[in-house]
Amino acid sequence: MWRDALLVAGKDLRIEMRSRVVLNQVAPFAIVVLVLFAFALGPDRTPMVQGAAGLFWVAVLFAAVLAVQRSFALEANDGTRDGLRLSGLDPAGIFLGKAAAVAAQLIVLEVLLAAGVVLFYGAHVRSYGAVVAACAAGTAGLAAVGTLYGALAAGVRVRETLLPFLLLPVVAPVLLAGTRAWQAALGTGPGGDTAGPWLSLLLVFAAVYLSLGVVIFGSLQESG
Amino acid sequence: MASAVFLRAAVALTGRFPALAGIDLIVAPGETLVLQGPNGAGKTSVLRACAGLLPITGGDAVVLGHDLRRNPSAVRRQVGMLGHAAALYDELSVVENVRFAVRAAGGGVDGIDAALDRLGLTGRLRRTTVARLSAGQRRRVALAVLMARRPALWLLDEPHAALDAEARALLGAVITESVAHGSTVLLASHEPEASLPLADRVVSLAGGRVVDERSLSRPVSAVMAAEAETTSRPFVVGDVHVA
Repeated sequence: MWRDALLVAGKDLRIEMRSRVVLNQVAPFAIVVLVLFAFALGPDRTPMVQGAAGLFWVAVLFAAVLAVQRSFALEANDGTRDGLRLSGLDPAGIFLGKAAAVAAQLIVLEVLLAAGVVLFYGAHVRSYGAVVAACAAGTAGLAAVGTLYGALAAGVRVRETLLPFLLLPVVAPVLLAGTRAWQAALGTGPGGDTAGPWLSLLLVFAAVYLSLGVVIFGSLQESG
Repeated sequence: MASAVFLRAAVALTGRFPALAGIDLIVAPGETLVLQGPNGAGKTSVLRACAGLLPITGGDAVVLGHDLRRNPSAVRRQVGMLGHAAALYDELSVVENVRFAVRAAGGGVDGIDAALDRLGLTGRLRRTTVARLSAGQRRRVALAVLMARRPALWLLDEPHAALDAEARALLGAVITESVAHGSTVLLASHEPEASLPLADRVVSLAGGRVVDERSLSRPVSAVMAAEAETTSRPFVVGDVHVA
């Protein structure tokens, strides 16, 4: 399983390094989302600082949808999906490999977005550890659930519009917990709020969807 | 000796439509079988079913000793399929595509260079991304994947499509070599002049069933002349003999 996961992740990341779709298209899109939020909130810095955590995670969710769509678009061309099924790769390995590649791309996006939040919104980080931990756990959860729903939508003709419709409601816990963990780390949340419980929620979410993906990805792959 | 492919009253559905409507087909190990028939006859469905890609919902289906009704995916590492699509990643180079496919199938990478050389994919072409290749060159890469994987069962769906005369001759030689090494070949084709010289047996399909079956122990020229009468398709009659 781990060998297959490495093989698939390596293939997806190599393709991304060649095409640079996430770097040249998804990353600018995510930055534009941050800038547009800043325009919408007006020139006063206070609402931007207060809302920085939530706006960061909303931008991450939009970028994650695009990254997952790209990941499964690779398998929609020229019969590559059947090629992957025919290869005999362990479905759990395919799931973990694709999720790992999506996660690696999301981490790059989150670094850019975090820099954007500091630059555009004037946010000050008080606890770097909580910020990094929230990003790591949130990314694992988003990549896992995104890969699962990406496989679910892959066999459908209207997958481009179906995926956001299916995925965004499901990742609401990541938006909530990620935002609250970041608010605690930035010092913009309710008084006395700590990141710990929200980090736990992010970890549970990631563990549940990683386990679910390992178990049911094969069925999703065959049923599409 | 057990059959390489054993289908008895096998039924497969695509949606509600019976792509295979109770087909009976037995293919011996080392045999080259050509599937013929009009569009929609079930040729591609037979190949996809044998690859474990099309679920068998009725009858019996055993391929290379694997019961496709119980576990259709078990057979996949032992079969190689060349379909209408080449199943290649546009952004990867020729050698990267072949290496990924071979490693994914659990094969060793030792035979990759020889396969690429054999199919004329040499020099800069190996490092060219597949997006830049012509349809015929993509077909060669897909064939190189099969050669390097060395599957026990080759499933070829219109393999001559998009290939030039040189590549068609090369394909014929590659198929003959694979059979000599013990592989079994199922070949679906609309081109009797290209496929019959390779065949031990020809099976005609219609409506997802076998409607005719012939062993080729007579000159291919005679078989092709008979084909011409039934299909009214003009072609050059050769003088090749099939054992």
